[in-house]
Amino acid sequence: MSVELDVFVGNTTIMDKEVYQLWLNGYTVNDAVTLRIEGGVMEECEVLLSDTMDQYRTFQMCERLLHHPAKLANQLLFQIPPDRQAMLIERYYAFDDLFVREVLGKKLSKGTKKDLDDVSSKTGVMLKSCRRQFDNFKRVFKVVEELKGPLVENIRQHFLLPDQLARDYAAIVFFANNRFETGKKKLLYLTFQDFAFCAGQLINNWTLGAVDNMMEDMDVDLDKEFLQDLKDLKILITDKDLLDQHKSLVCTALRGKTNVLNEMEANFKNLSRGLVNIAAKLINAKDVRDFFIDLVEKFIEPCRSDKWTSVDVNLYLTHYTNSAHILDTFKHHSVWTRYMGVIKSCILKMYHE
Amino acid sequence: MPGKLKAKIVAGRHLPVMDRASDLTDAFVEVKFGNVTFKTDVYPKSLNPQWNSEWFKFEVDDEDLQDEPLQITVLDHDTYSANDAIGKVYIDIDPLLCSEAATVISGWLPIYDTIHGIRGEINVLVKVDLFNDLNRFRQSSCGVKFFCTTSIPRCYRAVMIHGFVEELVVNEDPEYQWIDRIRTPRASNEARQRLIFLMSGELQRKIGLKVLEMGGNAVVGYLQCFDLEGESGLVVRAIGTACTLEKISTLPATATLPSNSSPSKDIKEPVFGEEGPGVPLSSGPPTPLRAQTFSSFSPSKSYSRQSSSSDTELSLTPKTARIFLSPSTPALESESSSLPSVHLPHHFRPGMASWSSTPPPLHVSQSDTAMLRKSVSFSEELLLAASGMGSGGSAGKEAGPLKALLRQQTQSALEQREYPFFTLTSFPPGFLLHLGGVVSARSVKLLDRIHNPDEPETRDAWWEEIRQEIKSHTKALGCHAVVGYSESTSICEEVCILSASGTAAILSSRFMQDGPLETDHRLSRQPLVFSTGSERVDGDMGSTASLGFEEMVPPGCEFCHIPYDELNIPFPAQLTYCCCCRRYKVPDVLFTTIDLPTEANITGKGCLIQARLCRTKKKAQGEGNAMAISNLLPFLEYELHTQLMNKLKLRGMNALFGLRIQISVGETMLLGLASATGVYLTALPSPGGIQVSGKTPSDITYEQHISNMQKKINDTIAKNKEVYEINPPEVVEEIIGSPIPEPRQRSRLFRSHSESSDEVSEIDLSHGKKDAFVLEIDDTDAVEDIHALLTDSPTPAGFYSCNTEIMPGIQNWTSAIQMFTSVRVFRLNNVNLTNQGLNKVFSDLCENLLKSLYFKLRSLVPCCLCHLNFTVAIPEDELIQVAVTAVAMSFDKELTLENGKQSGDKSLKKENDEQLQFNLELNAEMSSSNLSSPKGLTEVGSHPSAKAPSVDYSSFADRCSSWIEQLRLKAHTIRRGSVKTTSSLEKASPLPEGRSRSLRSNRSYSGSSVAVVRMTPLSFIPGAKIIKYLGIINMFFIRETTSLKEEGGVSGFLHTFIAEVFAMVRAHVAALGGNAVVSYSMKECVFMENPNKNQAQCLINVSGDAVIFVRESEVEAASVHPQSAATQTSNGEGT
Repeated sequence: MSVELDVFVGNTTIMDKEVYQLWLNGYTVNDAVTLRIEGGVMEECEVLLSDTMDQYRTFQMCERLLHHPAKLANQLLFQIPPDRQAMLIERYYAFDDLFVREVLGKKLSKGTKKDLDDVSSKTGVMLKSCRRQFDNFKRVFKVVEELKGPLVENIRQHFLLPDQLARDYAAIVFFANNRFETGKKKLLYLTFQDFAFCAGQLINNWTLGAVDNMMEDMDVDLDKEFLQDLKDLKILITDKDLLDQHKSLVCTALRGKTNVLNEMEANFKNLSRGLVNIAAKLINAKDVRDFFIDLVEKFIEPCRSDKWTSVDVNLYLTHYTNSAHILDTFKHHSVWTRYMGVIKSCILKMYHE
Repeated sequence: MPGKLKAKIVAGRHLPVMDRASDLTDAFVEVKFGNVTFKTDVYPKSLNPQWNSEWFKFEVDDEDLQDEPLQITVLDHDTYSANDAIGKVYIDIDPLLCSEAATVISGWLPIYDTIHGIRGEINVLVKVDLFNDLNRFRQSSCGVKFFCTTSIPRCYRAVMIHGFVEELVVNEDPEYQWIDRIRTPRASNEARQRLIFLMSGELQRKIGLKVLEMGGNAVVGYLQCFDLEGESGLVVRAIGTACTLEKISTLPATATLPSNSSPSKDIKEPVFGEEGPGVPLSSGPPTPLRAQTFSSFSPSKSYSRQSSSSDTELSLTPKTARIFLSPSTPALESESSSLPSVHLPHHFRPGMASWSSTPPPLHVSQSDTAMLRKSVSFSEELLLAASGMGSGGSAGKEAGPLKALLRQQTQSALEQREYPFFTLTSFPPGFLLHLGGVVSARSVKLLDRIHNPDEPETRDAWWEEIRQEIKSHTKALGCHAVVGYSESTSICEEVCILSASGTAAILSSRFMQDGPLETDHRLSRQPLVFSTGSERVDGDMGSTASLGFEEMVPPGCEFCHIPYDELNIPFPAQLTYCCCCRRYKVPDVLFTTIDLPTEANITGKGCLIQARLCRTKKKAQGEGNAMAISNLLPFLEYELHTQLMNKLKLRGMNALFGLRIQISVGETMLLGLASATGVYLTALPSPGGIQVSGKTPSDITYEQHISNMQKKINDTIAKNKEVYEINPPEVVEEIIGSPIPEPRQRSRLFRSHSESSDEVSEIDLSHGKKDAFVLEIDDTDAVEDIHALLTDSPTPAGFYSCNTEIMPGIQNWTSAIQMFTSVRVFRLNNVNLTNQGLNKVFSDLCENLLKSLYFKLRSLVPCCLCHLNFTVAIPEDELIQVAVTAVAMSFDKELTLENGKQSGDKSLKKENDEQLQFNLELNAEMSSSNLSSPKGLTEVGSHPSAKAPSVDYSSFADRCSSWIEQLRLKAHTIRRGSVKTTSSLEKASPLPEGRSRSLRSNRSYSGSSVAVVRMTPLSFIPGAKIIKYLGIINMFFIRETTSLKEEGGVSGFLHTFIAEVFAMVRAHVAALGGNAVVSYSMKECVFMENPNKNQAQCLINVSGDAVIFVRESEVEAASVHPQSAATQTSNGEGT
């Protein structure tokens, strides 16, 4: 004796948030039933099984619509209230920070997808869920890649995502496009949110779209012209006078405001060289990839070994940036501001004491 | 040639990829009506083609307009090979033929393919120009309105209720034609779909003609069914009630609603009132007259029976009589171990095409002799009763001659009709005078091929017999009409069980016309009625007050008073005096097939009561099979009846409404499912308990066992009384007792009756004792019954359920509704099941299904599952299929107590509930930011137009909410920083709602949208007012698959299909301009599978009424409260 067929269809599609989450997390029907029993929703296994199967089926049917969230709103098959639609979309596109940290900056290719089982076992996120998240990244990437206009806005419009989630996706797309290295051992201490913040800074300041809204393809790629201009900053370290002058200006300004003034003075030339060299090399795609590792190696690590506090770093970078403007022979003020603004906020975000 | 049909193909969207190479489609459309076909241009390489075609015009007869659907086929153009069909849309243009219904069909309709399901959507425009031809009604019946609703539709009033209309058409089933062997499944399915569309169109037209003949203009309670008889053909049949309806203009209707009435009142109104409270129900008699007219049909002694012809017929055919009389008899049951049989075990009818009738089945096994004896004696009683009635007029000794005359008028009005049947289940107040009980008839037939489709006489004759039988049962119950009438069939191979059931009743003549008379005649007759009425009043005042007048009888008990002569009770019943008025006799229990009358007095709440039964049967062929089935039927019915009775008593209730007994036949078993809603009618005596007794009292352990059981039963009864709030009737009596000093009245009545008969006083004596219903558990059946009784799991807290329109005892519905369909198929792997085993399996199946439903809908608590309609079938040998369609409606708990005080909170709650179901966080935040003054906000929005009684409803369709817009809107709002900005902006600007809404819509994305369409099996939408009926929705779909596994197995396949059917119904309703379907039902769900071949096929037939409703709050203040303002973002009005 067995139930051969068991369906429940509501005029308004009934969806249980809890079951939806279990489905998204990649649990099988049976596991989900066990979890629900443990959760104490209901004791009767039969009823739960029937309900869970039903919901899973509904989600599976909805899944193809969720791939194009705009379709969800004007399809006729399921009558889903708008708040539910928003919930479905938001949760479907939600991701685990742990998982995204693993694939951040990697090429969203089949090769990467094949390695997802490793990622799954490493992060504890179920493979099914990993695949969904990966496919989401890839889908968003593909759609946005070909669109004009601001990246975050495009994502929000096309995938009807809430603001924060759209920003996170923008970061993921940006990282994937520029293939930033994030997996090196020295970078492992950084969370996804650290990177997402940096990505936001880069998108807002260093891309073509940051200058001119009407340009094509602007938010995903860095502004080539700007990168070219960055080479000019080299003068800050190649011109000995300029370097000394800069150093004395900074040190004078910092006097009495920090406990690590000596270390700052001693390290000034090294640090300045580090930052300016990063700027000068950014024109090469390969060095763009190493942007974050460079920041860590050339600036964050030395500071940390000298036990600077975040306040110290902030002070130092503020004065370092401002003093350059006072230098007589330094002419590249706008490039310098554009560069250092991002560098400063990225470093501050990445500087964990 | 009185009609011009015009169609325009606008665009398509979401089309499937038909060309793998380009991942695109070259789509074009064929528009076909009758034999004329038009084509659009090919729109190359697009999944969202914009055809924007010219208007295709078809000049056709209105007869064809009624019969034929407009057929739209979307194809993919292929240069080298045949064009591939993408899918089809059938559009029923009937709603356009009636001036009061829809005027245009416009919108996105799903393109449907029987193999692939929905494949994109197409946007079409359809209009009809009917020429004003005086002879318009000659061959066609354009203009007759059809309603599935089984009550007078909300925005109409009944001028006249003409009576029963029926028709059936037959045809060969394309699936069984020879050509089916060579054509594709798709072609075969399409032929079938098209044929059924045609047949239902034809059927509707023919019924319409009959209605016109009777002088009516509408069919209410239209019930159309398909009998898939397999080899022998396809029968489409329909029954309905012809009426003359008059539209209540929205203006006065709105005016009757007090503009500042409390929301609770508004909610109640649609639940009860057929119309606004102050609207006169009939244009004819004024109120005082009405009451007098009723009083002339007061019960008991008063009636005389003139039509001897039908009585004779009854006495001639006792052998075919099979009554399922509901008021059964505990007294009887206590005296004979098993059987208060009110069914006679003879199911053979002298059918024309079936096997001829045989004498009563005397070969019934020994153990059943008691029953047989009982039934024989019963049929004697029946005869007696009949002859008693035949001899006639003497019974009316107490009545004045005028009264008898009046009675005869109604009577003859009804008897002139062939069948005084009404498919309605609820009536205008005052129409229903008395209820006799359930009458039903079944007949087993052998199907044979329908040779000549144009002469469906055989099927007609079968139904005629059944109806005659119902009619004679009705007479036996002293009634002249049948209400809540319905017909059904169950087919297995070549055997077919035809069933009909209804409730015998006595009706008021107020809405009826005797014979096909002209209206002026009727009018001229009315003064006569008036004068006789008043005369009678005078006369009665002077003489016997015992007859009483309706004015003095507290309303709500009248319909319970027995319609039959208590001296010649047609069946053994225990009569007592009505607990409400103490003047008339009432039965101890009352079973009916109708909804609870609105005026009924009830105590506590009601609940769903089901009796379930499974009986094995030997496999047999032909006549033998039919014989075996008809032998089983009476036992099945009897047991179902006993189960119902037990369960009713267990819940401490005394009446059943909406009783529906379904008997399904399979090759090796018969399934019986009886569903009804139990209530405690205040007028009826309190039911006695259930007493368990054993036959061998010597055994001590056995005694203990019995007393344990007895205790359990008593506990359950006590608990149920608490759950359903059935307080002791004594209290109730005091509350709603008659205004006349009770003791005096009672004694007088007693006296007057004891004068008339000793029998009465005898029964009267037994009243006080409250006899227990005795179950002897030596009887294995009884043990089974007790188990069944006690294994029914109670409904979880916060849930109520019923199979009637509304839950007796609950009124304060919120607007949150959730309609659903659930289907389960159960496989019995173990073939050698006993009856008991089968029963348990079947019962568990139903119980588990209910449990699942409660669990699913837990978020709506407190809520009630209304109109729980179970359909059982045996699709294959070892399969049991149960399908349920119902609606879950949530209600406010507290409000029953403090109606007035909480009215403010109430509107708030209403809003919240709405949001629960259908809202956007945006709105939730908006209203929560305004929690303190929901009223104020409404007023701000509606400032200029507040209190204007009329609303422009024409734009309503445009105002239907669109989700995509809201989503976009939401994104917008968030981007702009704060949600509250919007709401405060809204608050600040005292714009009329239309303007403020269009402001919003401008801001939002103005692309395509999906309107919300509500669906409900009920005839109303809580908290809303139906302002227009757009026409009947009657759709038939076939879905087939040859890749069952890939589609998620049988469950995945059916899940998708049902969702698709819902989607298509919603889309068609939206295209008609509606925003809801009421009286929705899934009348057929035939599912067949062949997992080995990876195949499955399913047929679904749904129907309902497309309507436009507006929220009551909107009607009230001619405005939209903040929440709906957002929901109904317009896309048409934006400027």
